[in-house]
Amino acid sequence: MKYAFYPGCVSQGGAPELYPAAKLICQRLGIELEEIRAWTCCGAGVMQEKNQLFGDTLNARTMAKAEQLGMTIMTICSTCQGVMGQANQRMQNPEYLAEINSHLAEEGLEYKGTAEIKHLLWILIEDYGLENLTPHITRSLGNLRIAPFYGCYIVRPTEALGIEEHPERQTSLETLIETLGAILIDFAGKTRCCGFPILTINEKNSMAMVGKHTSEVKDLGADAMVTPCPLCHLNLDGFQPKAAKQAQRAIDMPILHLPQLIGLAMGISPAELGLKKHIVSTAPLELKLGAGSR
Amino acid sequence: MDVTVKVKRYDPDAARPQVEWQEYPISIDENATVLDALIMIREEVDGTLSLRCSCRSAICGSCAMRINGHAGLACKTKASDSMDANGTIVVEPAGVMPTVKDLVVNFDLFWKKIEEVEPYLKPEVPEPEAEYIASNESMLHLSGVTACIMCGACVSDCTVLEVDPTFLGPAALAKAYRFTADPRDGDANGVSRDRLAKLGMPSGMWDCTRCNECVQACPKGVAPMDRIMALREQAMEVGFGNTNGARHAEAFTESVGHSGRLDELRLPVQSVGITNIPALLGFMPVGWRALTHGKLPPLVHKNVEDVDTIRRLFRKLNNS
Repeated sequence: MKYAFYPGCVSQGGAPELYPAAKLICQRLGIELEEIRAWTCCGAGVMQEKNQLFGDTLNARTMAKAEQLGMTIMTICSTCQGVMGQANQRMQNPEYLAEINSHLAEEGLEYKGTAEIKHLLWILIEDYGLENLTPHITRSLGNLRIAPFYGCYIVRPTEALGIEEHPERQTSLETLIETLGAILIDFAGKTRCCGFPILTINEKNSMAMVGKHTSEVKDLGADAMVTPCPLCHLNLDGFQPKAAKQAQRAIDMPILHLPQLIGLAMGISPAELGLKKHIVSTAPLELKLGAGSR
Repeated sequence: MDVTVKVKRYDPDAARPQVEWQEYPISIDENATVLDALIMIREEVDGTLSLRCSCRSAICGSCAMRINGHAGLACKTKASDSMDANGTIVVEPAGVMPTVKDLVVNFDLFWKKIEEVEPYLKPEVPEPEAEYIASNESMLHLSGVTACIMCGACVSDCTVLEVDPTFLGPAALAKAYRFTADPRDGDANGVSRDRLAKLGMPSGMWDCTRCNECVQACPKGVAPMDRIMALREQAMEVGFGNTNGARHAEAFTESVGHSGRLDELRLPVQSVGITNIPALLGFMPVGWRALTHGKLPPLVHKNVEDVDTIRRLFRKLNNS
């Protein structure tokens, strides 16, 4: 089981704990990763506003390299997943693909339009299989109450995400939380926006969104929220103190990256998973887990 | 087919008005829509249930409501597709707009925003002596957005309106695009500078989070968010680059075009503007916390291998 790994900028930038955590759990699970050489930013939807052709050409370049490797692309970011999926969908138009290939030709690359792009979340359920994941669960998360938070781009628009063929993707995060043995704290905000895209444009609204979602799960008694999107993590964790100030209440809701929650269930120590790098302290969670001293 | 319709109810005239859930177990035809089910409840089970509906054919836009948490037209949603494993369908009034009674909401906010974008042609050049000639192509392009039936589903699920009622919102911004993209609006070249300037103000086009909720909710394929992105493109094209949003898109693209990946440290500074001291000071506590937790993005941003190829592509495609 081997994938063409596309880490995305944020896993090595603003959320540097994600990249090693993802690689570590994949290694322990026996999922081989070959990082796509000289991969470029997906554009996060922002570049597509300014110049969609440039954004799509860069994504085609990444996908062409995965085609050469003959592997499915593995993403670890909801935004990368959605943006690349949408680009791939546009490139199913042969005329558009030909135009893009004319730009890639200089580099000797050609994208045939056959790349498959899958988030780690989907890979674990669809390819790896939950029955194969279960034997790796060595630490009980039984008393942890975990709320899911997807990130917009992994749930909408459904056409670019293969939801019709894979309806189970819509509840994949809940499925995984329960498979790992934690108590699921379901809430309506799980598929809403974290506000990150407008952080520098309308910070007040962005903070209102962070405050709303984190407070809601806090009031439902969650111990942590888990997200497959590092951009959501940046906002929900990094900006939570600011959001709490704006909301004029204490929140202190730890936010975990998806591979971190999986790693905890696999018995990996919080330190190895980079939990110390979080802005909102994960200490109460670790204490409840009984992992504080490990 | 047996189904339980769980309806969120509210009666302002009750002795103690409060929101409550009521369950209606009914038997309906396999092909029934959610609206068919609601009408059956109102006519045969509980005459006090209030809802709006008219055409039953996804044309009038009256029956938008939340079905299982997401906005849509009750008449366009099959009951059999909406039941959970226990045969339950959860129905609530549309979001964002205040509830009048049960599934009926007050549309004042919706219409006020449509009015705000001045939904009529505003040519800045003298009217032609005969009729305006617009190309078929331009009108065909507009047919996508004129398909809007003003049902309010997009407004119901807008992630920004939920926290900020001053936002123009998806329906009004899509309506605005219907005019900025019309060759008969604006100057002799069909450029609607005044509109784009106004729409670029706070609470306008740049406040959208690109969450795709409106695209998903729209029953007519208008894709309001895509129109908002097109508005941003138009605004940047005609030179309205002096907004945080435009600077953000510009700086993001430049960063990737120059190095292949995003420079996360410089992006926020470039987005708010290097001279915007209060905003920059506002980032400091966050930056400090990131630094002390060992997660500040690298001070020296690295280029990807093959960066020359990326730069060449960027130069070639930047103005395309």
